[in-house]
Amino acid sequence: METAEQIRDRLLARFSGAEIAVVTNPGAAAQHSLLIGHAHARAIAEFLRDDATLKLDQCSNVTGIDWPEKKITETTKATVPDPANPTAPPKVVETKTERVQPGYLEVVYHLYSIALRHGPVILRLRTANRTDQVTVPSLTPVWRACEFQEREAFDLYGIKFDGHPDLRRILMWDAFKDHPMRKDYVEPDDYEWEPTPHGAVHEKAKAHYPVPAAAPVAAAAATEGGVKP
Amino acid sequence: MLGSGLIQGLAVTAKNFVGSFHDPARLTTSEYPEVKTKLPEAYRNFPFLVAENATDPMGTLRCVACQICEKECPPQCIFIEKSKDKKPDAVGKMQLFPAVFDIDTSVCMSCQICVEVCPFDAIKMDQVFEIATTDRFSALLLDRNQLAKPNSYYHAIHPTEAAEVDGRLAAERKAAEEKAKAAAAAKAAAAAAPKPAPGAAPAATAPATPASVAPPPPAAPSAEAPKPPSPAA
Amino acid sequence: MSVSDLSPLGAQGGSHVRAVHDEFHGDLLEVSMGPHHPSTHGVFRMIVTLDGETIVKLKPVFGYLHRNHEKLGENTSYLGSMPYTDRLDYLCSMTNNWAYAIAVEKLAGQPVPERAEYVRVILAEITRLLNHTCLAGFLMQDLGCSGTPLMYAFREREKILDLFESLSGSRMMCNYQRFGGCRVDPSADWLAGAKQLTDGYGQFLDEFEALLTGNEIIMARTQGTGRLAPELAIAAGVTGPMLRATGVNYDLRKVDGYGVYPRFDFRVPLGAHGDVYDRYMVRVLEMRESIKILQQALAGLPAGPIMDPKAKLRGFRPKAGEAYGRIEGPKGEIGFYLLSDGSPNPYRYRVRPPSFVNLTILEDMCLGQTIADAVIILGSVDIVLGEVDR
Repeated sequence: METAEQIRDRLLARFSGAEIAVVTNPGAAAQHSLLIGHAHARAIAEFLRDDATLKLDQCSNVTGIDWPEKKITETTKATVPDPANPTAPPKVVETKTERVQPGYLEVVYHLYSIALRHGPVILRLRTANRTDQVTVPSLTPVWRACEFQEREAFDLYGIKFDGHPDLRRILMWDAFKDHPMRKDYVEPDDYEWEPTPHGAVHEKAKAHYPVPAAAPVAAAAATEGGVKP
Repeated sequence: MLGSGLIQGLAVTAKNFVGSFHDPARLTTSEYPEVKTKLPEAYRNFPFLVAENATDPMGTLRCVACQICEKECPPQCIFIEKSKDKKPDAVGKMQLFPAVFDIDTSVCMSCQICVEVCPFDAIKMDQVFEIATTDRFSALLLDRNQLAKPNSYYHAIHPTEAAEVDGRLAAERKAAEEKAKAAAAAKAAAAAAPKPAPGAAPAATAPATPASVAPPPPAAPSAEAPKPPSPAA
Repeated sequence: MSVSDLSPLGAQGGSHVRAVHDEFHGDLLEVSMGPHHPSTHGVFRMIVTLDGETIVKLKPVFGYLHRNHEKLGENTSYLGSMPYTDRLDYLCSMTNNWAYAIAVEKLAGQPVPERAEYVRVILAEITRLLNHTCLAGFLMQDLGCSGTPLMYAFREREKILDLFESLSGSRMMCNYQRFGGCRVDPSADWLAGAKQLTDGYGQFLDEFEALLTGNEIIMARTQGTGRLAPELAIAAGVTGPMLRATGVNYDLRKVDGYGVYPRFDFRVPLGAHGDVYDRYMVRVLEMRESIKILQQALAGLPAGPIMDPKAKLRGFRPKAGEAYGRIEGPKGEIGFYLLSDGSPNPYRYRVRPPSFVNLTILEDMCLGQTIADAVIILGSVDIVLGEVDR
C-alpha cells in the first residue's frame, strides 16, 4: 500500500488547491495520517473509496479528540551588546513571549479496504475552534459506517457534522446539555453519589483511630488515577 | 419427510431429559447452599491484608503503607494513612505501617491489580463471597482489622501461591542476614587491623562488596531496603 | 428532566404506544420496544413504527448502559484500564483484553513472547466458542424455544467458565492479558482441561445441531429474514460473522494475521444469503473451525516465558504517538485507538465497538418484516450493550 506521502501527492495532483498535510505519528506504531481541509473533504473521501489502487471501502473507526487551547511560553535568547560599555562582552538577554495556541476539536477516521485487504489510511479533520466554529463536513454520505460514530462525536464532543442525515445525541439523552468527553467538562452535582473513603466517609474513618488526623492523602490521588507523574 | 428435523430435535431433548436422571454430565446443577462446589485455588473475590501471625495481626502486617496499591487501584477504593512511628518488620528493619487501611468493597471490582503491584506480598485476594449485608455504606467499608488475616489463612486458601511467597521471602531474609553478617565481619576485621593512616580506614569499613554475599533471588526486591520499583520512565 | 424529555415519542409522556396518522398508509402505530424488554439483549430500545404488523420505520435508541468508559480511560493508567475492558463486551473478556493489549503494544513497540501468543490464541478461540454458543442459545430463545436450547448452551458454557476461573481467578471479568504477555502461566493441568473441553466440544455441537439446524420451524422463520446485501454491509462498516454471512470473505485473523494465527490451518465460513439463518450457520461453522485451531494451538504450545521480561507493570509511559490496534473478536472487529502524550494516562482512549457499528443497518434489515422478526434479526446481530454503550 502507498505511504501517506504518496497518497497526499496523488490527492494534491487530483484536487489542486486542496489542503492536505501529512501528520507524522512519532510513536512506535508509525501510523501516519492525512490532515485534510473542509472544502474538499467529501470529494477526497469519495476518491479514496473509489480509487482502484486504494479502494478504501470500509470506514472502521471515527474518533473525536478535544485539544484545548494551550499557553505556550517561548524563550528566545539574544546577545545584545551593552550600549553603555561597547568594549565589554555582549550580554545574553532572554525574552519570554507567551502565545496561546488556539484549541480545536479533531475527528480521526480510520479507513481500511476490504476488497484489497490493506489499511489503515487515517484522515484527520479539524474544526477552527472549540466554541462557535465546530462544524466539519460529514463523511456519512461516503461511508454509512460513520453514521452512528459521527453522532457519538457530536454527542460527546459537540462537533457538528454538516450533511449528516440524522445528527442528534446517541448515548446521552436528548435533553442533556454540554459535551461530556471534553477536557473541560465539569460533572453536575445533582446525581446520587455514594460516599467512598475519599469523601465524607474519609472524615468518618478518621474518627475511628486515635492517630491524630493527617491531611487527606487520598484526596489528591483521587483526582488523577494511576501513577503520579 | 417434513417434520424430520422436529422429530430429531425431540429425540435430543428426550435424551437430555432421561439422561438427567442418571448421568451427571446431563444434570449439572448443584443444590447450593446445601451442596457447595469446590472453588479453584485461583478464584478471587475481595482483597485482604496478610499478617504474619494470628495472635497479633496489627503488629505483624506485612504492609508498610507504601500506597502503591492505592495509586494503582483503578476505581480508587483503597484508602491508606501512614503511621507516625515505625515498628520492626519480619526481617527486623524498622518500617512504617498503615494506621488506616480501608477498602470500600462496594467500589472494589476484584481486578487484583493491587495484589500484582504490591512489592511486599502484603495484600492478597480472599475467596469469601457469602458476605451479604444490609448496610450499604459503612458495612461495605472494611477497615484494617476486618481485612487482616493471618498467613496460615493464606496458606489454606491459596496453598501453592503462599508456599511460593514464603519461599521467596525466606530466601530474601537469608540473603539479608548473610549480607549483614559479612558486613559485620568486614567491620570487625577493619577494627582489629592496625590503622596505618586515617585516610585508609574509611575504605576498609565500606560495606562488603556484593561479590562476597550470596546474590539475592533475581525476582525479588532486595530485602535490605525494600524499595518500591521506581516509577520513572 | 421529565419523562417527556426522555421520550422522543413526544410530550404526551408515559405512553409507549402512539397512533400516527399518515395520509398514505392510514393509521400507523409507533411502539417503543424496550429498554426493559426480555428480547432486546440488554437495555436496548427500538422505536418501531408499524403498519399492522409490518415495520415501516425503526430507530434504535441506546445509551442506557453508558458508563463513561472512554473518559475513565483518560483518567486511569494504561494498566488500570485493563479491568475496565473486561466489562465492555462482558461475555468475551479475554478478547477485549487482547485487543487492548495489542493496541498498547503497538503504541509502545512492546514485543510479546511466543508462548504468550499461543496462549492468547487458545483463550481467544475458547472465547469464540463461548460467545457463539451463547448466541445460538439466545437466538433460539428469541425464536421462542423458551429456554431449553439456551440451557444446553449454558451448560456447555459453564465448562468454559470453570476453565477461566481456574486460570485467571474470575469467570467473566478475567483481567488476564498484560502488555507484553499474559498475567498467569497456564499449568499443565489447565492445559489438559482445555484439551478435554476442545475434544468434547465437537460432540456437543453435533447434538446441538441435531436439535436446531434441521428444525423446520427454525428454517421457516429464519431463512429469508433480515437479508443484508454485501455492498451495504461493507459500506455500513459491518464486521464479523454478520459480514461473512453476506458472503464477504473478510476475517481479520486471515487479513491482518495478528499474533500467531498465520501458523494455523483453518477455513473461514461464508454465507450465501445474508439472512438470519446464514448468520446462525456461519457461527456454528466458525465454532467447528475454532475447535480445529484450538487443537493445533494446544498441540504446538511452546515452552518459554509467559511475559516479556522487560515489560513494565508499573510506571508504564509509552512515548507520545498514537496507535490503532484491532482483532477479530467473536462479534466483529474490536479495535482500540490510543493517543499518548508521554504521560502515564492516555490522552485519548477510544474503543471501536463491533456491536455499535453493526447496529447501523438494523433499520435496513428490518423494514418490511414483521415485528416478531425484528426480535430475531436483532438477536442475530449479536449485540452486547456493554460494548454498544461503553
